[in-house]
Amino acid sequence: MTDIGWIELALTAARPQALGALLRYFRDLDTAEEAFQEACLRAVRTWPDKGAPRDPAAWLILVGRNSGVDQIRKRAKNEPLPEEAAFSDLSDAEEDIADRLDNAHYRDDILRLMFVCCHPDLPNTQQIALSLRIVSGLTVPQIAKAFLVSDAAMEQRITRAKARIARAQSDNTPGDKGVVGFEAPDAYERAARLKTVAAMIYLVFNEGYSSGVNKPDSIMFCEEAIRLVRILLRIFPSEAEIMGLATLMLLQHSRAGARFDNAGQIILLEDQDRSLWDKKLTAEALAMLDKAVRHRSGGPYQLQAAIAALHARAEKFEDTDWWQIDLLYQALEHLQPSPVVTLNRAVAVSKAEGPQEALALIETVAGPLDGYFYFHGVRGGLLMQSGQTAEAREAFDRAIALANSPAEAAHIRMQIDKLGEVGT
Amino acid sequence: MLYAILCYAHEETVFAWSREEEAAVMEKLHAVQAPLEKAGKLGPVGRLMPTTAATTVRKGRDEPLVLDGPFAETKEVLLGFYTVDFETLDEAVAFAKDLSAVNPGSSSYEIRPFYVFHPGQITASEAIV
Repeated sequence: MTDIGWIELALTAARPQALGALLRYFRDLDTAEEAFQEACLRAVRTWPDKGAPRDPAAWLILVGRNSGVDQIRKRAKNEPLPEEAAFSDLSDAEEDIADRLDNAHYRDDILRLMFVCCHPDLPNTQQIALSLRIVSGLTVPQIAKAFLVSDAAMEQRITRAKARIARAQSDNTPGDKGVVGFEAPDAYERAARLKTVAAMIYLVFNEGYSSGVNKPDSIMFCEEAIRLVRILLRIFPSEAEIMGLATLMLLQHSRAGARFDNAGQIILLEDQDRSLWDKKLTAEALAMLDKAVRHRSGGPYQLQAAIAALHARAEKFEDTDWWQIDLLYQALEHLQPSPVVTLNRAVAVSKAEGPQEALALIETVAGPLDGYFYFHGVRGGLLMQSGQTAEAREAFDRAIALANSPAEAAHIRMQIDKLGEVGT
Repeated sequence: MLYAILCYAHEETVFAWSREEEAAVMEKLHAVQAPLEKAGKLGPVGRLMPTTAATTVRKGRDEPLVLDGPFAETKEVLLGFYTVDFETLDEAVAFAKDLSAVNPGSSSYEIRPFYVFHPGQITASEAIV
């Protein structure tokens, strides 16, 4: 690895902590980002000769804070002085920062930085784009390419999202929905932030996982989400649901190399070559789930992780413990009722009991899922298994009309071809 | 003399390596080990999972405490290690509790799963040197 390559990795690793602290000082995302940027430029200039500091984040915070203060002073020559309350802690800017970093501020700093990207008014895609830009530090062209939009369009999207956050901060009073406080949150607020941030991280992951193709951009979303959840786990090591989320993403990502064939067609779980599953990720995930289970406080991420773990533990598809999976889905239905969960349970029921039982189960969610590709795909498959060829074809046609990607449509066409073989 | 060489590094950076970067580093590390391996001098080599996969058993006043995460105190230092094949984390925790029960004074045991483990070539008799 070159010097610059190493420095870039160190800057990316230090980013959430350093930028989070700068956001707390300046209470303004743009100022904090400029200050961090300036600190990074100086790091690239000085680290190759002097060597990297032992604590890169502390170095970046100190340098960034000084440069941010300089910027504010320069601006102040043309503008009236900002009120003292506009930024905190500036009086002790020269103080030894290492001491200050020990006092656990950084945990809330990182959480706050992630949380500002989850503003409730921002649509999911903007939350994802914003967190990739702000927390992960990806460039606008990198994000634009992954979302298949132009650089200009992505730049505009991110600028708008930031403006939306800034407006909410200035228009409303602290405590209002969508206003992020800069004081250390209480335990209740911290738990709420953690939950929101976990959902955002899973959104980032799913943006890659469900894109339906195995290209570097979708892999990037998944790997970045895993990096973010590891950061969360380091600062909140005892949160069983965060362990569950980490397990879930590691297991889903472990199958990345087996989910698509060379032509980009989807390969279903039952047909995947399990030797292509990433053993390292699977092992880490199972170790993580063991840790989570010891807490005896279940939750939706842990249940989904436990289901994924049963698939990971089965050496062959035939070895899958469908009965356990059905039970776990029942628990999930109880905790987080949703037609999609019921649909997933139906797949387990079809394996454990048979297609008729599964068909009866999915009839209960036919209404809410009528516009859902996966519903008609599963229903078609179940009808095919129970020999109802004509009905199966109808369901598959409906699925193709609702497909979200060419790969999904192609997969259903393959099913229809099988139907032809059954029929003749 | 038999030596343990313990590797400490910034895990945020190490786990941000791309697959290619990781493969390149591993190849270089392996090249450094190769002569020792050829000479039959290399003992067990392991690569540990990130600290997020770690659990720590700390000897408390009464029942030992089981904490999530790595051992992070600075007063105590690493004095030894065990490599054991357990089916579950619970078994590993029980073993660590047993160790701490017979170990006088304060002690902590960090339980961290391996990613990779090579048993090496050094035999027990050599290890008693």
